[in-house]
Amino acid sequence: MSLLRTQKLVKHFGDTRAVDGVDLIVSQGEFLSLVGANGAGKTTLVNLISAYLQPDSGHIFFQDQDITFLPVADRIKAGIARSFQLVNLFDDLSAFDNVALAVFSREGKTRNLFTLAEKDDAVTQETLEVLREFGIEDKRETLAGGLAQGERKLLDVAVAHALRPKLLFLDEPTSGVSTRDKAQIMDTVSSVVRAGKITAVIIEHDMDVVFKYSDRIVVMQEGSILADGSPDEIRQNGEVAAMLLGAPTST
Amino acid sequence: MILGNNGQRRSIAWRWALAIPVVVVLLAVPAFAGAYWTQLLTYGLIFAVAALGFNLLLGYTGLLSFGHSAYLGVGAYSVAFMVRYWHVSSMELYILGGVAATAIVSALFGVVCVRYTRIFFAILTLALSQVLWTVAYKFFWITGGTDGLRVPYSDLSLLGGLIHFAGDDTYNKFIHSYYYYVLVIFCACVVLMWLIVHSPFGKTLQAIRDNETRARFLGVQILQYRWLAFLVSGIFTGLAGVLWVPLNGLTTPDILYWPQSGKIVFFTVLGGFRNFSGPIIGAVVYNFLEAWVVGFTQYWQFALGVILIVLVLFVPGGLVGTLLRVLTKTTTSMQTKPKALT
Amino acid sequence: MDILVLQILNSLFYASVLFLLAAGLSLIFGVMGIINMAHGSLYALGAYVTAWVITFAATAVHPAVLFLLLPAGALVVTAAGVVIEPVLLRPLYKRPEEYQLLITFGLLLVLEDVMRFVWGGTPLSASPLMDALGIVHVGEFVYPTYNLLVIAIGVFAALGVWAFVYRTRFGVMLRATSQDRRMASALGMNVGRVYVQAFGLGCFMAGLGGAIVVPSQAAVLGMGVEVLVLAFVVVVIGGLGSLEGALVGALIVSFVRTGVIQFYEELELAVLYLIAAAVLLVRPTGLFGRPQ
Ligand SMILES: Nc1ncnc2c1ncn2[C@@H]1O[C@H](COP(=O)(O)OP(=O)(O)OP(=O)(O)O)[C@@H](O)[C@H]1O
Ligand SMILES: [Mg+2]
Repeated sequence: MSLLRTQKLVKHFGDTRAVDGVDLIVSQGEFLSLVGANGAGKTTLVNLISAYLQPDSGHIFFQDQDITFLPVADRIKAGIARSFQLVNLFDDLSAFDNVALAVFSREGKTRNLFTLAEKDDAVTQETLEVLREFGIEDKRETLAGGLAQGERKLLDVAVAHALRPKLLFLDEPTSGVSTRDKAQIMDTVSSVVRAGKITAVIIEHDMDVVFKYSDRIVVMQEGSILADGSPDEIRQNGEVAAMLLGAPTST
Repeated sequence: MILGNNGQRRSIAWRWALAIPVVVVLLAVPAFAGAYWTQLLTYGLIFAVAALGFNLLLGYTGLLSFGHSAYLGVGAYSVAFMVRYWHVSSMELYILGGVAATAIVSALFGVVCVRYTRIFFAILTLALSQVLWTVAYKFFWITGGTDGLRVPYSDLSLLGGLIHFAGDDTYNKFIHSYYYYVLVIFCACVVLMWLIVHSPFGKTLQAIRDNETRARFLGVQILQYRWLAFLVSGIFTGLAGVLWVPLNGLTTPDILYWPQSGKIVFFTVLGGFRNFSGPIIGAVVYNFLEAWVVGFTQYWQFALGVILIVLVLFVPGGLVGTLLRVLTKTTTSMQTKPKALT
Repeated sequence: MDILVLQILNSLFYASVLFLLAAGLSLIFGVMGIINMAHGSLYALGAYVTAWVITFAATAVHPAVLFLLLPAGALVVTAAGVVIEPVLLRPLYKRPEEYQLLITFGLLLVLEDVMRFVWGGTPLSASPLMDALGIVHVGEFVYPTYNLLVIAIGVFAALGVWAFVYRTRFGVMLRATSQDRRMASALGMNVGRVYVQAFGLGCFMAGLGGAIVVPSQAAVLGMGVEVLVLAFVVVVIGGLGSLEGALVGALIVSFVRTGVIQFYEELELAVLYLIAAAVLLVRPTGLFGRPQ
């Protein structure tokens, strides 16, 4: 069953055809990688699906409901969450508060003016649970702005994950970290995603990572989908190989 | 008991340990200070309430309002109108009326202002407050114009008529009772604001301040939260206006004029806007500072301007922020969380 | 009919001064991203200095020479600006913009008291210049010729600024810097110098505004603060950072103001603020502002 489906999705920036008639299908429960050269339109596609941008034309269906014109908050309620390519955290709040906010928001508790946030034991427990899953529990009191890059990346994903989405978009969760941290981040992310039975779409440049973790791979080029298949199929696709060989491996 | 909060629990204990002696000293002030100093401190506490409200926007929501004179003024003029047109004398009714009026005005202004941030927000709040100023200034047959409206303490009654100041030589009694009246309200406001900024709502405001986009992608509807913060902020400042006017004895359009907003900004920066207690300390210190500077030079604006420039250039954390930094530097082994909002 | 002409002239006079002020404010914001709260005080400083110099010289020199002294205020203010930027503003560019607003607010407080200290509470005017030019007849009314000169200076200033920003090399650098500071410095521009120059130019315009207004209206304490709020209204209507916006905003504000004063003087400022608020609601960036 398809969880998400886009229909002839188009977004142009002036002459740049960032997304140019994309029909993407994401199935329930899969771990999908979105790959392609710099500027292929991956981030823009995610921006459209997450309501960061409005498409020029086309439609987005989530669980067979047309969400093309739903505002951000409603798409999140429907179960779509995302992280950002450049780490996007609340830098002057602690790691704990970063995650707790997502939990409060999901539970509709952010309008409580007269209760102490820390007195909410259910939220506290859940927040700690999420931090533990991502292995950054001991950094809970550290301000997000003071964390190391790898920890920031993890926290970024943790915040999105704490919204308990059905569909999670991760835009380059391992960019800008060392190879060792990369493996650790990807192990953590994939185990969390699989344990939670979350459908995940990740944008990634490192093809080793992509082949290792994905169920399916979608290759984009100049705003369109160039290829779509299992890791093995993609590996054997000459056209893709040629394109990916010519492309930089990371941004 | 819960893993995450040992640090916070400990700092709460610390805060009580600090707060209790402060309250005890505040309670004792009229016993050893004369009417002059008591009155000055009363002003300080009143403006501290305004600053608490103001800082919910600046420190916690990241919005610099240059128009908070509007709410001081609405609070003050509501009282003056109640005195002049309805001959109300009960302080409790003043508070009810003043708070209701400021709530309406700040709710309306908020709708317009919270669509903007940064400098645009500052200018827009400024402009709107000046609309009220011109109205108070020009419609003199209603507002008394530059002569203002009198709110004499001799007509005032506190606690539903239990305390009043009719008769001769009641000034000292007034200062004395009013100080305690303000002190109680001040303490209530501090507790209330402390609760608000530590509530899920308060955390959400800080999240919006730090990163609006990410907050939006947690499902937070930014404008609604900003508006609510604006409203709460206006109400606190309006309450300060209500408390201010019997002490001052009259209200003139000056309370609505924008240098008054500048003053609120000033003492918040003086104390440090990234701290909960910064604006409180700033307001109290400012009132003594102003009284002192005015005492020996007529060019007190010059002195304040220089102080502000020095603060911005060299002490951006304000008094409290800097003090905390010095303290945490010397006790790093005890503290793990030097930069967070306290 | 004649009264209408008179009102139009009055509005244009006012618009000229407001334009100089608002364009300076806008230019500084456009290039440096700073709202200069002390802008009105610099305008007042320009007025005081010119009035002072002219009063001083009036007895000694021929009226024609007096006109050469008119820009004195503008020059002094420019000099002040060239000192203020590197000393007070430069350390703050990396900090949140609240601090920049605050420091110019501190400067405002200082300047207001400096003027009070130097010139005291008595109004100071440069009326010899106004008297020297006499009057013109508009039907049954008379109008000071000097005010026509101010209008001419306003028109000339608008053209001059436009040519400067769009037709000179310096203008190109200004615009480049305002568009993208990092890019400009990557292209080898000396951003620091552009900033001093932009701030100096903005201050010059404020000072010139004060200097040309003072022969017709005496300099008084608080004039800067009063005019600052009007200049804000102008830039909010026209769009912060836009010179065209400053021009159109100044015209709108001046004409509306003259009109409202005719009918219901009490509402003068309120109407202006409401217009500003209305413009913002419809076009958040002002009439000519570019999106943030
Ligand atoms: N807001 C925007 N305005 C103008 N052009 C944009 C905007 N966002 C993206 N683009 C352009 O659209 C194209 C696709 O960009 P996009 O960010 O989607 O690529 P990407 O596949 O995510 O690349 P990368 O791997 O570098 O992150 C690029 O040419 C980019 O320059
Ligand atoms: Mg991208």
